[in-house]
Amino acid sequence: MATTPNATAPADVPANPQALSRRWFSADDVAHLITLIAAATLLLITVLLVYQLWVLSAESRTKFGWHFFVTSTWDPVAGDFGALPFIYGTLVTSAVALFIAVPLGVGAAIFLAELAPPKLSSSLSFVSDLLAAVPSVIYGLLGVFLLVPIMRTTVQPALKRTLGFLPLFKGPSYGIGFLTAGIVLAIMIVPFVLSVSREVLLGIPRDQREAALALGATKWESTWKVVVPAARIGIFGSVFLALARALGETMAVTMVIGNNPRISESLFSPGYSIAAVLANEFSEATGNLYLSALIELGLVLFLLTFILNGLARLLILVTTARGSGVLPS
Amino acid sequence: MSLRLIWRKSLNVFMLSLTGFCALFTVSALFFILGYLVWNGGKDLSWNFFTHLPAPVGEEGGGMANAIVGSLKLLLLAALFGVPIGLLGGVYLAEFGGKTVPFLVRYTADLMNGVPSIVMGIFAYALVVMPMHHFSTFAGGVALAIMVIPTVLRNTESFLRDVPRSLREGSFALGANKWRMIATVVLPAASRGILTGVLLALARVAGETAPLLFTAFGNRYWSPGWNQPTASLPVVIYTYATGPYEDWHRQAWAAGLVLLGLVLITNILVRTFLTSGTAYERT
Repeated sequence: MATTPNATAPADVPANPQALSRRWFSADDVAHLITLIAAATLLLITVLLVYQLWVLSAESRTKFGWHFFVTSTWDPVAGDFGALPFIYGTLVTSAVALFIAVPLGVGAAIFLAELAPPKLSSSLSFVSDLLAAVPSVIYGLLGVFLLVPIMRTTVQPALKRTLGFLPLFKGPSYGIGFLTAGIVLAIMIVPFVLSVSREVLLGIPRDQREAALALGATKWESTWKVVVPAARIGIFGSVFLALARALGETMAVTMVIGNNPRISESLFSPGYSIAAVLANEFSEATGNLYLSALIELGLVLFLLTFILNGLARLLILVTTARGSGVLPS
Repeated sequence: MSLRLIWRKSLNVFMLSLTGFCALFTVSALFFILGYLVWNGGKDLSWNFFTHLPAPVGEEGGGMANAIVGSLKLLLLAALFGVPIGLLGGVYLAEFGGKTVPFLVRYTADLMNGVPSIVMGIFAYALVVMPMHHFSTFAGGVALAIMVIPTVLRNTESFLRDVPRSLREGSFALGANKWRMIATVVLPAASRGILTGVLLALARVAGETAPLLFTAFGNRYWSPGWNQPTASLPVVIYTYATGPYEDWHRQAWAAGLVLLGLVLITNILVRTFLTSGTAYERT
């Protein structure tokens, strides 16, 4: 290219280099600003969410105060609202779900992280990820038409025969109820326990296993006495994460819990959960107090899951060094 | 061999096989669910299902054309509102920003990801339905969009962070400024991963029922425009499954099969084809 010292600069480049850099700088500023606004939108949404739930539940909060959480009348006609049966149902179904899902999920995670060859391990966790992607209404569908009849005719009578002396397994078998909802929830949260626990277990250094094996421990002893204890905080994290899922799970629970606001010590009896009452009554709520009581339930659910998730992420952050990795959603 | 050794060895075998059983059980749940849906829903899946409106209550037959279109419209809105915010927010976290704001946004995104979907429904209700005084497609789209944002944001950020430093330095060395570097080098390099995140987020909200119950509500007819209540596949499955008619139950199975099929196929295709190869060498 023939150049002369006096060649004119291309039209779109200003002759003054200072102006040039100033223009470029401002383009970056605009990009910075736009992306900042997008990121701040998320914060704004979160603040707005809390604000709305807080303000819209004001009527119920001022009228019932703390009694809201300890009384169990739910009477929209008389305008008397107590949330205890819903809180009870939410906690009981989640407890049943954890009781089943934690051993199952951690056991499967141990298999995938410690025993299975890498190829098998990754394809099995792929399937588990797919399981986590199944919409909750599908679990509800299977729950209603498949699990409920089985529970009524087979599982609940069998439990009554063998463990009937416990108050948990007394009373008539309806099929629907706390136990059925808990089982459906368990199947739904196993993938979360599994995938996070597997990640945490895989993060434990190899030497720890080898040291245990070299000392003469069996594979199981090295896993159970060395690797799992080392990973326990992260495993707790996965349990909290799963618990937060279980507490807020709506559709599947609504379809099988029975939707009856009562507190019963029997797992066979129909109950209600916070999410289920929201799903059933929110769009039909008449009157501000009714709506505001329901929104207060939403606030409770939000705070519970917010705290649990925060705790879970903190725990997982502590164990996995690269804790900021994307967790299953 | 001492008795204790025998005990330890058999415990070893027993417990290890137990963990294998746990894994087998968990994994087989998916195949069982899929198989059961195909078995129950497959026989009621007909052409009418995709092309007809629901039959009047109590009558047999009819389809779910309006629910399928409704779901697509809701997804379109969710993508339209949710994806740009999530994407740009992710760019901010990965490329701009100091220490505190990104940390705050990241943590909030993770927490929002775990907020129950029914609460998102209440939020969209308060935000859109209450001021407008009626249920609408728009309100449902907003509810889903809010759920899309955190997922897309976190995912975009993590894939942008994986783009090697050398690519950025190379583009700076060629005289590009920062936004040009991001737009023409970093984003294209991470595009597959970002697309994966977007599609997975949409596949997830496609199956959400709870946030639509009191935002998009439901509709037994077509829902013209964006301002009226609309039917959607998940809500129809819920309504039909809990309804009293035998024919509704059959249609719920068929709709369940369609929904699950779409969600799983998206997941499988996206996870196998898009994440397997990236535009750059991952270290």
